[in-house]
Amino acid sequence: MVKFLPLKEAVAQNLHDGDTVAFEGFTHLIPTAAAHEAIRQGFRDLTLIRMTPDLIYDQMIGMGMARKIVFSYVGNPGVGLLRRARDAIENGFPRAIEVEEHSHAGMANAYEAGAAGLPCAVFRGYRGAGLAAVNPNIKSVTCPFTGEVLAAVPAIRPDVTFIHAQKADRKGNVLVEGIIGIQKEAVLAAKRAVVTVEEVVDNFDDLHPNLTVLPNWTIAAISVVPGGSHPSYTHGYYERDNAAYLEWDEIAADRDRFQAWMHKNVIESSAEDFAGRVEHLRKAA
Amino acid sequence: MSDADNLGFTPNEMMTIAASRALRSNDVCFVGIGAPSAACNVARLTHAPDITLIYESGTIGTAPDVLPLSIGDGELCETAVTTVAVPEMFRYWLQGGRISIGFLGAAQLDKFGNINTTVIGDYAHPKTRLPGGGGAPEIATSSRQVYITMAQSKRGMVEKIDFFTSFGHGEGGDHRKRLGIDTAGPTLLITDLAIWKPDPVTKEFTVVSLHPGVSLEQVQATCGWTVKFAEALDETPAPTELELKTLRDLQARTKAAHQGTAKGKAA
Repeated sequence: MVKFLPLKEAVAQNLHDGDTVAFEGFTHLIPTAAAHEAIRQGFRDLTLIRMTPDLIYDQMIGMGMARKIVFSYVGNPGVGLLRRARDAIENGFPRAIEVEEHSHAGMANAYEAGAAGLPCAVFRGYRGAGLAAVNPNIKSVTCPFTGEVLAAVPAIRPDVTFIHAQKADRKGNVLVEGIIGIQKEAVLAAKRAVVTVEEVVDNFDDLHPNLTVLPNWTIAAISVVPGGSHPSYTHGYYERDNAAYLEWDEIAADRDRFQAWMHKNVIESSAEDFAGRVEHLRKAA
Repeated sequence: MSDADNLGFTPNEMMTIAASRALRSNDVCFVGIGAPSAACNVARLTHAPDITLIYESGTIGTAPDVLPLSIGDGELCETAVTTVAVPEMFRYWLQGGRISIGFLGAAQLDKFGNINTTVIGDYAHPKTRLPGGGGAPEIATSSRQVYITMAQSKRGMVEKIDFFTSFGHGEGGDHRKRLGIDTAGPTLLITDLAIWKPDPVTKEFTVVSLHPGVSLEQVQATCGWTVKFAEALDETPAPTELELKTLRDLQARTKAAHQGTAKGKAA
């Protein structure tokens, strides 16, 4: 059953060296605070799964925590490249990493298969695409009814998934709204799930019955971290810090500047610092 | 810029506006970020007010006031008809055949509309690791047609791309059909200098219209393959005042919103 824990303990209890882990969030609701806590605790040899690795995996790769990444878009959305990930792939710095690359459709289907308890996902994809030749996990199956050849990829089954969400109720049920991305599938595909939330409310009695709610028994731990998705955003709470994404391009371009930024803003920082970072992004009431 | 001085608009503005004109109100358009996003929103704000714009974050029928920096900016969701989960986006809406136009940009493009946004150099030991395909591999094969827009350069428009991120017409001819792909693929390329369409048989992109003031030599000088020109070449109509004003206002709103943080926008 779900436990409400300080983020430090939620991460320590659920993430281990060598784990396969997904910190999901499709541009929205990125679990930055949880990723930063994992960086502070210094885990090694992680297999990092995520459709859009984004800044947090750039940071974890740059800190040498990743053995492998599984992804479908290794860019800084709308800005350009992820420079720490590039340095690892192109130059093996700070360590060489294994790469498993898919398309968004491939990853989305693979998460869904994981949530559905299937061994693989089947879909119409990768036709004529070069990825099928360089990723041995992209195979094909023939439809037994029509003979159509379809793509197959193995289901994604993380040891642990981290997500950020708007709110939990006192029983630990979690509400996700806005661009819901792959959050639900990533939680249900994982052995364990940890959720950071903006706030806890008494109950969800007044909510629309079809909203995306993860029941408390699907979640291992919840931590309350206001601002925990900065510089991503939380729909209804604060906006995306686009300027921070633009700035990251410069920070990550230089190995020393990156290390200095990480020490100041992550290593010597804490989950409590996130609330202050989003203050200027909250909408005027 | 001298072009802007002489003509009253830049080559990039002409590209975006020419691309916007290709869209219709009844299109359901899967929008790539960057140049396609600007073109699609200019279309929506001018001649195609009812166009359905879809971004891969799951936002369907969105109408942002400023261009999103990412495919998942909050405004896309706030102004959308509905927002669906990412697996649903790709399974039901794209794979299900609901998309009439997939609108893509490209880092590298060849004459058959194949796109590379994955690596420069060898895949295993890349010279430059680019972001990769994201949604594009399936947008390119499941949308009923694909439009491509990019500024011309010898580095970008090449004889041979380094990696097939998204399949266009492959080696040309009926290559799509031979792979079991039953959608039309790239049917239009809009650059900063010209409008191109695939040859009906070979599928090689052919220049059908030059933008105002552009010469054949300019088109060839900024393209890595030997360019084929249609026998009857059109001149692309210059941007109208309304088109230019719409694009410039959109870009000014966008710049203000992204550079400043959201502080000013909320006030």
